[in-house]
Amino acid sequence: MPWTKIYASRTEFEKALKDSPGLRGITYKEAIREATAQLLSADKSVFVIGEGVDDSGGVFGTTKGLQEEFGKDRVMDSPLAENGITGVCVGAAAAGMKPILVHMRTDFLPISLDQIVNHAAKWHYMFGGLLNIPLVIRSIIGRGWGSAAQHSQSLQAMFMNIPGLRVIMPATPYDAKGLLIAAVKDGNPVIMIEHRWLYDHMGHVPEEMYEVPLGKAAVRKTGKDVSIIAVSHMVHEAVQSAEALQEEGIDAEVIDLRTLKPLDTGTIVESVRKTGRLIVADTGWKECGAGAEVMAKVAEAGITLKAPLVRINLPEAPTPASPVLEKAYYPGKDDIIEAAKKTTGHGKR
Amino acid sequence: MKDILQKYGLNTLTKKILLDLYKSMLKIRMFEEKIVELYPEQEMKCPVHLCIGQEAIAAGVCQHLHKGDYVFSNHRGHGHCLAKGTKMRPLMAEFYGKATGCSGGKGGSMHIIDVENGILGTSAIVGGGIPMGVGAALASSLKGEDSVTAIFFGDGAFDEGAFYESFNFATLKRLPVVFVCENNFYATNSHQSARQSGCRIFESAASFDARGHCVDGNDALAVYKAAQDAVQLARKGVGPSLIEAKTYRWKGHVGPDEDWTKGCRPKEELDYWKEQCPVKRFTELLMDKGALTSAEVEDLKLAITAEIIDAVEFARKSAYPETSALLADVYREANK
Ligand SMILES: Cc1ncc(C[n+]2csc(CCOP(=O)(O)OP(=O)(O)O)c2C)c(N)n1
Ligand SMILES: [Mg+2]
Repeated sequence: MPWTKIYASRTEFEKALKDSPGLRGITYKEAIREATAQLLSADKSVFVIGEGVDDSGGVFGTTKGLQEEFGKDRVMDSPLAENGITGVCVGAAAAGMKPILVHMRTDFLPISLDQIVNHAAKWHYMFGGLLNIPLVIRSIIGRGWGSAAQHSQSLQAMFMNIPGLRVIMPATPYDAKGLLIAAVKDGNPVIMIEHRWLYDHMGHVPEEMYEVPLGKAAVRKTGKDVSIIAVSHMVHEAVQSAEALQEEGIDAEVIDLRTLKPLDTGTIVESVRKTGRLIVADTGWKECGAGAEVMAKVAEAGITLKAPLVRINLPEAPTPASPVLEKAYYPGKDDIIEAAKKTTGHGKR
Repeated sequence: MKDILQKYGLNTLTKKILLDLYKSMLKIRMFEEKIVELYPEQEMKCPVHLCIGQEAIAAGVCQHLHKGDYVFSNHRGHGHCLAKGTKMRPLMAEFYGKATGCSGGKGGSMHIIDVENGILGTSAIVGGGIPMGVGAALASSLKGEDSVTAIFFGDGAFDEGAFYESFNFATLKRLPVVFVCENNFYATNSHQSARQSGCRIFESAASFDARGHCVDGNDALAVYKAAQDAVQLARKGVGPSLIEAKTYRWKGHVGPDEDWTKGCRPKEELDYWKEQCPVKRFTELLMDKGALTSAEVEDLKLAITAEIIDAVEFARKSAYPETSALLADVYREANK
């Protein structure tokens, strides 16, 4: 499937494009913009709101030009009022609209936790299913150049803990478009977490509207020795590490979770049952993180691992600003390679 | 000069204070300009939010504060800290990500701290510093100290619920706070009129039974006078004031470049405000009235330049933090 293939670099992708001229290639940010434009065209109840969505940069290009195309009522700038505006969106959703609320940084979501956790997530259940809240909240993980502690967080695990929410983290342009469309149509509050470093990543994306089902992981590479289960940007690190591992005779399977809530337990369990070894590479912190939940699902399925699980996460500290500390802070493909060697070596002994 | 000072209601202002105020503004301007010059070297690897064009506000307010008074700042905070007395070395070193920086290299330019001078840390979450500032004022009031807290925030932060909740509490408890809203009309590229219907920030104070006052934020003496009144009232226990100081930022929201080239704002607007340059206006006023000579200006510039160069050298020569610092200080160690 061309949609599921991840290309390590732009040149590699451009080569692939030449080989299959029928397929179109666009970036992750363009895919989000295209999905949003198509949603706005297709459904009058969809509107976009957020700080700077009408800005010349257009939230890193993801909302660029949409206001000119769809007008100020459907693509609106927002005051700096994260909790209030989230509540406004929850109310609008209860009254029949489908807002897409955009935050430049995931770090601004904690301000709106009350409306997300106490309101959006509960409304359907608390009133016996009378009303649903079709709200998509987009936010972006920043990284690098001294973004520091308040502009770089990966807070997916916080939302995974809340019944009533869905959490998606697309890693490819194809998924960014398909998941966003599916999220808007899903009818539940969906937290979509994007990664700034993926924005210029290219991939094949069909022009028409399509959905990537929520709750379905994607196998990026099949393998028999170890399952590397990854999230967002770490999927790319995982794919690269799997290629390097292959050369050393380790056949890794790479799974891109795509949706973190609900987790695709079936795909996880099937893979780990096959390989017996598990590495989880996440963009967030370790304790009570996505990896912990993946491991719990594996344990609940009664699978005994051949080697201890390895979780690749951020160190248990906020993000430091200094370039040397920042470099030490972020794990990458080398950590995954090392982990894979350790787990597989462990198995052979 | 007397006639002018009388006009502002500042009859008793001494030449020393005038010069201190002037020096404080000039220092901020020159410090920020040095960053503009050095930033393209890419050795300061963190976002910088420059306050060129807004210097009179930080300088005019902080002139009234004692060392033990608190200042809460925001992402655009270099000027507030310099005006409050923060040394250039720890600031510059922080921007360079060095261990000798004010935050040990962990914060970068958005997260400045200078406990000794009453700066208990700076948040880059818009509005984040406002409730904390009120909290510091609550602490000084509970401890029976006579310190005042000045909270600097932008017109964007006035959108945030945190402002209203904190302002209400501060007025309710008559806390010694001066809320200083630096209204530069933009939050990133979003104009105030796209975010607020009234655009009369200072008037909101009235409904909380607090004093609201609007000043030309590029007029150093006007800011100085408004802050004098507000700080005095706070120190006497009368309660908080809200000063709205209208001004303009010359550079883009973040970084050393002007942003009209990217279509963020009209160039004519920037040109207009450059004419209103607070440093230029104050220099001309003081020189016109014979309160300042070109020789004095040159001396000041020499002294400030020396301090800046020293700070940059210090920052460059300082070591980066050890990677072992990565996991240090997540928690305070017991019994430390
Ligand atoms: C809660 C929150 N929302 C959004 C941002 C992104 N952001 C950083 S600064 C800024 C603009 C702030 O405008 P203002 O308060 O007027 O200060 P100025 O930059 O004009 O000095 C925005 C939107 C943030 N840091 N925190
Ligand atoms: Mg502003």
